Amino acid sequence: MTATDTTSPGPVLSLRNLTIALPAGADRDHAVEDVSYDVARGEILCVVGESGSGKSMAANAIMGLLPKGVRPVGGRALFDGQDLLSLTEKQHRQLRGLRIGMIFQEPMTALNPLMRVGAQIAEVFEAHGRLNARERQEQALALLTEVGIPQPEKAIRAYPFQLSGGQRQRVMIAMALALEPELLIADEPTTALDVTTQAQILELIRDLQARRDMSVMFITHDFGVVAEVANRVCVMRHGRIVELGDAETVLKHPRHAYTRALIEAIPSDVIPEARGAETDTALLEVTGLNKVFRSRGGLFKPAREVHALRDVSFSLVKGETIGIVGESGSGKSTLGRCIVRLERPDSGHLSLSGTDFMHLTGEALRRERHRVQMIFQDPYASLNPRTRVGMAIAQGPIANGVARGKALARADELLELVGLGGTADRFPHEFSGGQRQRIGIARALALNPELIVADEAVSALDVSIQAQILELLEELKQKLSLSLLFITHDLRVAAQICDRIIVMQHGRIVEQGPARDVFLAPREAYTRELLDAIPGREHELADA
Amino acid sequence: MLYARLILSRLAKAVVVLFLIVIFNFFLIQMAPGDPAAILAGEAGATDEEFLRQLRERFGLDQPLHVQLWRYVSGIAMLDFGWSYRQQMPVLDLILARLPATLLLTGTAFVLSLALGIVAGSLAAARVKKPSGSLIMALALVFYATPLFWVALMAVVLFSVYLDWLPAYGMVTVGAGHTGLAMVLDVGKHLILPATTLALFFMAIYTRMTRASMLEASQQDYVKTARAKGLSPGVIQRRHILRNALLPIITLAGLQAGQMVGGAILTETVFAWPGIGRLMYEALMQRDYNLLLGIFFFSAALVIVFNIITDLVYRLADPRIKEGS
Repeated sequence: MTATDTTSPGPVLSLRNLTIALPAGADRDHAVEDVSYDVARGEILCVVGESGSGKSMAANAIMGLLPKGVRPVGGRALFDGQDLLSLTEKQHRQLRGLRIGMIFQEPMTALNPLMRVGAQIAEVFEAHGRLNARERQEQALALLTEVGIPQPEKAIRAYPFQLSGGQRQRVMIAMALALEPELLIADEPTTALDVTTQAQILELIRDLQARRDMSVMFITHDFGVVAEVANRVCVMRHGRIVELGDAETVLKHPRHAYTRALIEAIPSDVIPEARGAETDTALLEVTGLNKVFRSRGGLFKPAREVHALRDVSFSLVKGETIGIVGESGSGKSTLGRCIVRLERPDSGHLSLSGTDFMHLTGEALRRERHRVQMIFQDPYASLNPRTRVGMAIAQGPIANGVARGKALARADELLELVGLGGTADRFPHEFSGGQRQRIGIARALALNPELIVADEAVSALDVSIQAQILELLEELKQKLSLSLLFITHDLRVAAQICDRIIVMQHGRIVEQGPARDVFLAPREAYTRELLDAIPGREHELADA
Repeated sequence: MLYARLILSRLAKAVVVLFLIVIFNFFLIQMAPGDPAAILAGEAGATDEEFLRQLRERFGLDQPLHVQLWRYVSGIAMLDFGWSYRQQMPVLDLILARLPATLLLTGTAFVLSLALGIVAGSLAAARVKKPSGSLIMALALVFYATPLFWVALMAVVLFSVYLDWLPAYGMVTVGAGHTGLAMVLDVGKHLILPATTLALFFMAIYTRMTRASMLEASQQDYVKTARAKGLSPGVIQRRHILRNALLPIITLAGLQAGQMVGGAILTETVFAWPGIGRLMYEALMQRDYNLLLGIFFFSAALVIVFNIITDLVYRLADPRIKEGS
């Protein structure tokens, strides 16, 4: 804290009527239009919005890192009295890393895979001509210690792939903070992380911000995160500011309908009553399932084993939705893949309405496959870009012997059912992420499955889209009496849709029970830990 | 430690592969029509059965196939590649006499194409959408599309016949009897045209690949991170983009390196370079089976050696591979 801070309480950063133009042919003219907000000294400002809201564009303009073809066309971005938009690239470069630091969303890809972590941190000092080689390493070590990396002496010599997602994000933070910038821009820094890791990183950012009296511009789509960290909030939509105010007020008394919708889209503690299952005959029975992945050892190297599933048992009744919740590496996806028999379990028993689903192979397996279908996580990667969506949906039935014409007609009906009627002859790239996920649902339904396994089916979507897809699933469930196995890392999503919840950790089932019980009275410490880590849980948000 | 183990395991596999190649080559040649004895006899103008029988007996060609195979394989195990009927010399001596010339030519071309290709590709990537970048790519396309022998002939016409700067053929000036430094310079002068000709094609490929690979790498998140640190464009280009972009180049370089023995036939023929390529061509025309088999063996061995080297280089360049292997 220096004297100037107290004498000039002006904001660190002020955007004044900032307008950023998108290249010709984009879906709108301006990424950001007439946007003005301040980041005061020592505060955390959350810029909230869904994808396409332009929330990251202003940050990129401040950093001088706008993508090619995107340029500011109006307004000013004042940082310490100078307009960042009028800087030359060289002047801008001198500010980056030194006075403004930035961290990004994807810790997996944001670090150079070929450089040691220590060298990547040392580069920040080098870029601004600070210290000598040895001092840079010492500083890197000190920074790694400060951001709480376990065994910093080892981590400094590690390559990024040797660290977990949370550790990499800590490295990113260490790098951004190396030269003690006045302003830190954090662009969705916790979106790609597990809920417990997210909680730790949020705490770290809050803690460092307070300790260094730094200003933070925190970009996020998640109002839960906002409730955890924000002093002030700026809500954006379609490139414009919808609402701007202090966190307390915006969260509790949102004035704008859109803000309210975003807050409501976060399932808080509203837990649906478990519906009584229609019958009590088990549809899916899983007993003592085990799956070990072995990396094949060679002539001179030992084999490695990972126990993805250990003695997993549960059963699912017809018409029921079970949520399988766990963090990455918990084995939840392997379980899903075993149930649809994309993987073959090593031992145990797996049966579907009495059929032994575990030991089917070859032709027999192919004939039964239609009974269990899957909805995948990534709506962008799971559709063949060169196949029209109608055909993509019809391919399954056709492979199962349905006449082409009939299958295509059915595909039309299914598209209608998921709210995309009349689009069968379009290609996947013509659809948004949420729409593609609807197509994925229609594709799964096309085979009249008894059970649908949805693996992180809404994780890649914006909250409001997420809510729509969950609603659609709920509706289809009622209409078609579907049984659903819903795999997710997000407890809030599970709470919204599931009758029962299974919590997994390290390949084992930690706890299972009715959704209500698991949420309100968790028996196991790990479940409590997961629940506590949900951002915004302790904060009262506006009532739905 | 890790490398020693890796090399050991690779060498063990290599021995097996080489053994299979030797057997395969042996049968391949057996399947070819024509018998070396008949050809030798034919060229000698003698056609009587007795002479043929004597020839076959002398070279062991009258033995059953499995005996011939056993003799051949056990011979190779002791580095005896047999006798060349045509050249009246041991195959090994013939190959060893020609190998240095070829390796000098192909090795020079390899280094030249790799170095120039990467530099040109990096420049083209840094100057994308600028005239200078487009010019580099246009040149690369020309070299890529032009047949090698035509470039070679035109180079001879221009630099040897017209300008008289460089010798048109051979490896040394015949009869000059240079020694020491003078000889090195003489060979160097002879090397320029064939090596450049041979390098152009691969240089064009490296240029195109480096550029494409760098443009792709420059879109990666870590490049944005590097820019956010305030690093200068040059450092970002070298340390972050180029290093990552080089990984696919290593694969291609490994492929090119594997062709060092057999890949220069055309160039050696046009420039009368006394290398393995020409030896192979002659052996092929004259059905000099033992010699052909010997050359096949050496090319295969070199391919395997360079595969191992490529794998090692990959491990040095990309730390992620170590644990995955």
